[in-house]
Amino acid sequence: MSIRVRYEKELRGVFDNLVLMCRYIEVAIEKSIKALTDLDYELAREVCEEDQLIDKMERDIEQSCLKILVMEHPLASDFREVSAALKMITDLERIGDQAHDIAEITTKLGEDGGSKLVNIPRMAAIVVQMVKDGVQAYINRDLVLARSLEKTDDKVDDLFRVIRSDLTALIRRDPDSAERAIMLMMVAKYLERIGDHAINIGEWVEYAITGSHPKKE
Amino acid sequence: MDERFNITVRGCDLYYGDLHALKNINIDIEEHAVTALIGPSGCGKSTFIRMLNRMNDLVDDCRITGEIKIGEQDIYAKGTDVTMLRKNVGMVFQKPNPFPMSVYDNVAFAPRTFGIRRKRELDGIVEHSLRRAGLWDEARDRLRKNALDLSGGQQQRLCIARALAADPKILLMDEPTSALDPISTGIIEELIDELELDYTIVIVTHNMQQAARISHKTAFFLLGEIVEYGRTEDIFTNPKDKRTENYITGRFG
Repeated sequence: MSIRVRYEKELRGVFDNLVLMCRYIEVAIEKSIKALTDLDYELAREVCEEDQLIDKMERDIEQSCLKILVMEHPLASDFREVSAALKMITDLERIGDQAHDIAEITTKLGEDGGSKLVNIPRMAAIVVQMVKDGVQAYINRDLVLARSLEKTDDKVDDLFRVIRSDLTALIRRDPDSAERAIMLMMVAKYLERIGDHAINIGEWVEYAITGSHPKKE
Repeated sequence: MDERFNITVRGCDLYYGDLHALKNINIDIEEHAVTALIGPSGCGKSTFIRMLNRMNDLVDDCRITGEIKIGEQDIYAKGTDVTMLRKNVGMVFQKPNPFPMSVYDNVAFAPRTFGIRRKRELDGIVEHSLRRAGLWDEARDRLRKNALDLSGGQQQRLCIARALAADPKILLMDEPTSALDPISTGIIEELIDELELDYTIVIVTHNMQQAARISHKTAFFLLGEIVEYGRTEDIFTNPKDKRTENYITGRFG
């Protein structure tokens, strides 16, 4: 039974906002990929605009965490939970930026820019799930799920390598497609980075639960 | 001098009559370091530190078993010079308790008790002790004034100076700042930081942040037992025992 009622309430507020921020980010990645495959410039611009909302959510959660640190002086697992949230939102915000960057590339792609893409949407689906899993692992204190992210990321890296060799082959075959290929390569790189950020999130979840950060071991 | 002032406690039990107040205490307290004792009221922290300078001898029905050593000396061995023990193991209490006499006489009390009479020597000890306690600049012009006219924070530093004047090697502090405002508390915490180079310091505190700030090791007491003892950083970020976790995060059960 807890007697830290106010603390629990404030932490619950952070949880809720994290879930909400995570939801916005999933949507941003999905929209950015849809804008890319459909060459929907309107949708791409929407993603760019909505990134400000994600940035604001980061600042709000950051403020809530700092307030908890100052007012509640959390210790032990409480302290780890709040500091993990503070670290995670930096990764989440960067993921938002990468969705924004993908959308921005879309606005610069010419006609036929993103059509017939298979592996990029596939890669995007995996990283979206990874981000979701990272945040869920935090909320549910699920160590197994947090630790599974690293393995899932191997699939992302595999797809990245496939996309890279496909695009290299495309450039060789049709030098006129080089610019488009380079832009798609950047999209793949952004998705690959999102996977890395999701791993970071998983590592902070592990710290929150166990007290040791896998990279610092 | 080779004499060591680390504290070793092995298999210690303490009873007040039928009350089993400390149970199988085992702990190694390092010298030249600050060790914090935390735990809910009545868990045995104060009883424990009072055991280290045999203050419990004054309690009629108190019985102690086990071994407590300071350096190599078993302090409960027959023939132990308790006065010398208490000279080596100074104590500062929760409420500042200056004697109702002048600032000077408070600090000179212990050296006089140990036979120092020469004024110049006493003057030197008084100044040195007040300087170490960070009170000299405020008290140098008030040495003949009654100590009870000092502020609470000054009185507590005076008590520290009084303890230091006996030239102890170990300082036991029982919630030394719980009656003080944050500024006086800050001054005393800085003082403890300086003193740790020369003394073995054991401090009882209910202020978790204070324990985290000033100590290297922390022991968590509960119901007369030491539940967990380790590096302060580990205790406050990643305690091993659920009971420690519950206590320091303010949860029970």
